[in-house]
Amino acid sequence: MKVGVIVFPGSNCDRDMYHVLTDVFKLDAEYFWHEKGLPKNIDAVILPGGFSYGDRLRSGAIAAHSPIINDVRKMAEKGIPILGVCNGFQILVEAGLLPGALLKNTSLNFMCRWTSLIVENNKTPFTNKLKLHQKIPIPIANGEGRYYVDELTLKKLKKNNQIVFRYSEVVNGSTDRIAGVCNEDGNVVGMMPHPERATESAINPIDNKPSSLIFESLIKTIGVKN
Amino acid sequence: MSLEPQELDELTSKIGRKPTSTELQIVAAEWSEHCSYKSSKKHLKMLPMKGPLVISEKGYDSGVLDVGDGYVITAHIESHNHPSAVEPYGGAATGVGGVIRDILSAGTRPIAIFDGLRFGDIEKDQQARWLFKNAVTGIADYGNCLGIPTIGGEVEFDECYSNYALVDVAAIGFGKKKNLIKNHAKKGDLVVLLGGSTGRDGIGGSQFASDSLESENRSAVQIPDPFIEKLIIEAILEARNQNLIHAMKDLGGGGLSCAVSETADALSIGIEMDVNKVHTRESDMNPDEIMVSESQERMLIVTDNDKFKKIQEICKKFHITCSVIGKVTSGNMMHVKKGKKTCANLPTDLVANATLLDRPSKKPAYLEKIEDEKKLAPITDYSKMMMMFLSSPNIASKIWVYGQYDHEVGIRTVVKPGTDASVLRLDNGKFLAAKIDGNPKHCYINPREGAIGCFEEACRNVVCTGATPIGMLDHLQFGNPEDPEIFWTFLESLKGLTDFAKYFEIPCVGGKVSLYNETPSGPIKPTPIIGILGLIDKTPLYPQKIASGDCLVIIGNTKNEMGGSEYFEYIHKFIGGICPVVNFEESKANMNTVLNVIKKNLLKAVHDCSKGGLGVAVSEICMTHQIGCTVSLDKVPGPKLDADRILFSESHSRYLLVLQKKNLKKLEEILKKSHVSYHMIGVFGDENIRFNLDRKSIIDLRVDKAQKTWSNSLRELVVHG
Repeated sequence: MKVGVIVFPGSNCDRDMYHVLTDVFKLDAEYFWHEKGLPKNIDAVILPGGFSYGDRLRSGAIAAHSPIINDVRKMAEKGIPILGVCNGFQILVEAGLLPGALLKNTSLNFMCRWTSLIVENNKTPFTNKLKLHQKIPIPIANGEGRYYVDELTLKKLKKNNQIVFRYSEVVNGSTDRIAGVCNEDGNVVGMMPHPERATESAINPIDNKPSSLIFESLIKTIGVKN
Repeated sequence: MSLEPQELDELTSKIGRKPTSTELQIVAAEWSEHCSYKSSKKHLKMLPMKGPLVISEKGYDSGVLDVGDGYVITAHIESHNHPSAVEPYGGAATGVGGVIRDILSAGTRPIAIFDGLRFGDIEKDQQARWLFKNAVTGIADYGNCLGIPTIGGEVEFDECYSNYALVDVAAIGFGKKKNLIKNHAKKGDLVVLLGGSTGRDGIGGSQFASDSLESENRSAVQIPDPFIEKLIIEAILEARNQNLIHAMKDLGGGGLSCAVSETADALSIGIEMDVNKVHTRESDMNPDEIMVSESQERMLIVTDNDKFKKIQEICKKFHITCSVIGKVTSGNMMHVKKGKKTCANLPTDLVANATLLDRPSKKPAYLEKIEDEKKLAPITDYSKMMMMFLSSPNIASKIWVYGQYDHEVGIRTVVKPGTDASVLRLDNGKFLAAKIDGNPKHCYINPREGAIGCFEEACRNVVCTGATPIGMLDHLQFGNPEDPEIFWTFLESLKGLTDFAKYFEIPCVGGKVSLYNETPSGPIKPTPIIGILGLIDKTPLYPQKIASGDCLVIIGNTKNEMGGSEYFEYIHKFIGGICPVVNFEESKANMNTVLNVIKKNLLKAVHDCSKGGLGVAVSEICMTHQIGCTVSLDKVPGPKLDADRILFSESHSRYLLVLQKKNLKKLEEILKKSHVSYHMIGVFGDENIRFNLDRKSIIDLRVDKAQKTWSNSLRELVVHG
């Protein structure tokens, strides 16, 4: 079982994600440069955080047109689990694989702080080991992290159970406190907070277990390392 | 932007002919104070640079320390004061970029950024507020984009920085010892310029920084592009992994002039280069401009033909440009051509080594009566005063600043900003603590003792995490060195730092001198900044939750040392008095004792006493942990003093220890044996911060109210004015 970690020019959480997948959860992971294709034997894809193309134009806007996104799109259609974190989420939204848009935080500043999430959908490949409404202590680090959807789309998201995580408090002005969403099929998940920064007790001052369950859910979905 | 008349004579006589215009530009850049250290270099030699962990190699722009198991850390400090005072966003951002490339030059990956920021009085001064806000955004936008965590620093406001800014940036790198670039070159090697294109930004930047800031010179400020820098970091590290780099240097102050001449001089080679081969942003740039442009995000690499082909492939992957601009020659000439035409042909040692100066020094007249105290107005309500003190810009929480910096990326940050020192985990299971500190208020009153105090404070901060100091970075920032009184303060500070470094055997692994920090209203206060790197072999002290009934113990004496204190200056608007003096023996005993009791696992938290004294230090613990504490000031060790002096004296070598009551006896046994001054002075519990003297209440504050004003006041000030 292999997880592909996509690297764009300007990705900067790729190595953190790789470390967590391989060293903490003993998964087989491989980096894929954005200009390459994805091989068929990939069981899950993660788009890590960072500043692809230096956030030029709009965060995620240029990376969403990378050659590798065509393969990501095909895999999404096949139902393969895909997770976008922070800039990865922004890219998935810009690529049209997830609904909504990510706007500048209401503070108009980059925000790096700890908060907590509430699990709203525990049926996705990345949340199926979490309990509904479970709290996850986790850090955010973004400047354009305010999730926005119009009312009609919000209704649709609620109806289809596409809201995966909500913030437990008002953090950045996100619509309905949404922190993470999935596509209609539930296999593509995007979230602004950083689970890879919260799975180890050494760097998580509060509780590292809930974030670990995000990765353990993935393991449950795709199976352990060969 | 030219040489002094005697320097021009010297150049002419040494080369035996009239220098060309390009030669004048090259030499003016390289002989500027900023690049040549001509005023300070003779004296800097007094600092101890060697130590058991120090790895010295020729041509490094950063200090290298061996942290065991085949790993090294690198560290460097820089400032970007003049540019930041004119264009704070770009100035601060490119300050980050420059120091990061110094770390990269050694072949190590940058893993942390620190910044020290100083501005005028933001309560009164709109300009200072604008500078502050934009410098913070500049650092955030650059560091965050690179994915290098900004994990610490300091922010201070003082009228002496009005219409000016001090932006100091330190960076730490980490890597394998075997991957360090061993700078070497042989005849025929290629000289490659990699990264951003050379434009007209930052022309004459180093000379601009070597003069008093009297006019705004925006074209001397460089333009930041963190995205290109990120690509360069990854490309260089890939090239390093494949052993493709013979020698490397970043382009900073003085641009190509400086990088080419210093590389050639350090490696005892000659370099022949063609300005036509430099990839430029504009098509009509002349050789002079190309040689002194300080455009950012550029690296100079020496490699051979075969390896260059592989470097080209790496650059192609990252879509960055690399150009062969010249080759290594025998001899020692720096030969700059434009096509076939020679623009400059100078001996590299002549360019890279300006004649060092012996500046005269004289004790400043203002120091004569500075230690006299005036009669202070009585304070009627200390609780009210304390509330105002906690919300004052220098004391208030800096969360508005570090909350804008990604301090988690890289997932090494085990102790986060907002404590005494941040701590990073290293790949060999050890931990690195680091902190930078300065105190211009103390240094103004006593340049020697003030500088020593900064050194000790930075040490105290890393000691609070359980780390042993292993290396020091110094950044000496003063006014115009041609003024003997200013030069005296520089020498005094340097001598103080040297004495402390030698006594504690902490080598100086890197440093920087920034002079001419002046505006039309005068020079800045002496502002040496000290960065300390501390190593923890096993586990750092993770601050634990403080519970009701936990005890507060102080180590160290509180003395009548009020000069330069926040209390005197902010509350009483008085500059003067006796500034805190570090007693070396006491300092060492206290430091070792604290490290010892942290290792014995007896403590929940340790916090040092510094700005704002004991009163502020205890309040900070209470506000951070959201718990009250009742403190008996009569139990504080030291001479008998009035309540306000016990509360707000900034005496050094003091530590506050928090522990469970059950560990108190064990702790006291150790402290007794260690011959340090100590006393249990308080107990944690309920919702109020209380300071009593002889059972009389002096201060009584609600923690939640104090915490709210302390956390929010800086943001309120910046956002709403």
